[in-house]
Amino acid sequence: MSAAGTLPPDERRLGGGAPIQDTRGDKIALACIYTALGLFCLAILYPIVYVFSASVSNTKKVSAGEVWLWPVGFTLDAYKAIFDYDAIVSSFGNSVFYAVAGSCVATVLTLLAAYPLSRKGLPGKGLIMAAFVFTMMFSGGLIPTYLVVDQLGLLNTRWAMILPTAMAVWNVIITRTYFMVTIPEELVEAGRVDGCSDFGFFWRIVLPLSKPIIAVNLLFYAVGQWNTFFNALIYLTNEHLFPLQVVLRQILIQSKVDPSQMPDTSKLAQLKELQQQLKYSLIVIGMIPPLLVYPFVQKHFVKGAMVGSLKG
Amino acid sequence: MTTSTQARPAVRDAAHKRTRSAKSSVGLGLRMRRHWQLYVMLALPLIWLAIFAYWPMYGVIIAFKDYNVVSGILGSPWVGLKHFDRFVESYQFWRLIRNTVFLHVYELVATFPLPIVLALCLNTVRKKWFSRSAQLITYAPHFISTVVVVGLIVVLTNPSTGVANRIIGLFGLGPVDFLGDAGLFRHLYVWSGAWQTMGFAAIIYLAALTSVPPELHEAAIVDGASRLRRMWHIDLPAIVPVAVILLILNIGSILSVGFEKVLLMQNNLNLDTAEVIDTYVYKIGLASAVPQFSYATAIGLFRSVIGLVLLVVANTFARRFAKSSLW
Repeated sequence: MSAAGTLPPDERRLGGGAPIQDTRGDKIALACIYTALGLFCLAILYPIVYVFSASVSNTKKVSAGEVWLWPVGFTLDAYKAIFDYDAIVSSFGNSVFYAVAGSCVATVLTLLAAYPLSRKGLPGKGLIMAAFVFTMMFSGGLIPTYLVVDQLGLLNTRWAMILPTAMAVWNVIITRTYFMVTIPEELVEAGRVDGCSDFGFFWRIVLPLSKPIIAVNLLFYAVGQWNTFFNALIYLTNEHLFPLQVVLRQILIQSKVDPSQMPDTSKLAQLKELQQQLKYSLIVIGMIPPLLVYPFVQKHFVKGAMVGSLKG
Repeated sequence: MTTSTQARPAVRDAAHKRTRSAKSSVGLGLRMRRHWQLYVMLALPLIWLAIFAYWPMYGVIIAFKDYNVVSGILGSPWVGLKHFDRFVESYQFWRLIRNTVFLHVYELVATFPLPIVLALCLNTVRKKWFSRSAQLITYAPHFISTVVVVGLIVVLTNPSTGVANRIIGLFGLGPVDFLGDAGLFRHLYVWSGAWQTMGFAAIIYLAALTSVPPELHEAAIVDGASRLRRMWHIDLPAIVPVAVILLILNIGSILSVGFEKVLLMQNNLNLDTAEVIDTYVYKIGLASAVPQFSYATAIGLFRSVIGLVLLVVANTFARRFAKSSLW
């Protein structure tokens, strides 16, 4: 954000006066850059806009290929069908639960790990840090992790969605860097002189100063949790625990629509007819929650990613 | 990770002196006791790390055993390298290696430079509103889940109703069943990945570009350097260290391509190019009716070890030739 947010150097230098005249070559280069960026943005937006338009268009018009960019024959039937499909509604609720609970657990663990590791002169710090970082380069792999989750009796419980992937070492590193930058050693010394314990210092000084990084952690973990489907695929067989992504996969990719999920059988025929349409509207439903949150938190996300990259 | 090699030693020396003087005045045991509360804080994360990261690493020994549920990890008989031999000799071996390496190398070569170019362009744009909205738009796909992205591919490339087929139809081509064609799988995988990740990947480079001192640009302008020349000679060198580090990390993960997405895009028609090591491990280990835990673990371990070796080799090269490295 700030990279492109600050003024370009040639304008800054002249303190708001007229910038140096671009040469012809520069003008052409700039025009090319604007065009390329514009085209790229369009290429990113088009599929999203198209899917949205198709989801609110008349089924027959979509199959006939009349929809190119804007909706044709506006209707919300596909969205109504979604709310009649039990698995989607219940899995949506599950996903919200996993995202909220998972991000809270993960953020607490991350803060607890990052703060002590940010303190200078803590004996054994290097060793503990190495233990964390090593897991980024080497892991037991799929089967051994599955066996551990199995032995702990977590299979088919909500914990299986939250615990095994609770902490991301990358976030620990980012958070630790944040602490090292924002909590100066002098502050720690001052706290110690005033007789503040490490717990008290963390609770009363560090946490209030760390709201941005707490927000970044919560959001990183929540979005990650919302978007993950593989944990559910291997750890869960109970349909009532499925997150939205698993149900999306069944309907979108495997084209499985389960009639028993429709309590009202009179709507079944309508569902068959809507099946293709349902996919468009489901994609929209799947995209909306992260995309809604995203513009509000973009700044934090970017900051978080930058702190980690600069100091990593 | 050391990105700036010149600045670090001075800082490290200063820190060293300070800790050394602290060490001489206070003994190790006392310092540990004084900070007992910090260790208490670390307890929960360390327990988590032990259970969910290091316990599975211990469990990896079943790759050298014939694991069965009844006897457990310790009780199962040792079989040495049997499972590795079986994998190397199986007809799947070269197909899996080829698919995994091709897919990853293609992805690396095609998409690694894109965020760099994007960041350089965004950094050059003067109109604030333009670069703001360009960033907002290009980052967005990063937040869409893999399932939804693959769902997008499915509906957009559908041979009868997908808009992609209608567009190439305008040029008299198609219809093409993109997902059902083994020859197209890699292109589809790589370029949809570029669509999704390129914008967000540019952030890290934009961050590196903020550290370019404006004086460099000013001096270059006075000397009559064109915009492109300044991008090439001033901006690009500023992001090379970051790029090298990301490249090392990428090479280290050469055998572990985006497994969730590959699995989601697979179907019986494209399996010939779409079966990679990780998806195979999942299939014979967990998805099959007769799970072969030991065999699957052995294949997974084979991949992890090669990844680790590649990481170390790439890092050594980078340290020697590019003067920036992970450690």
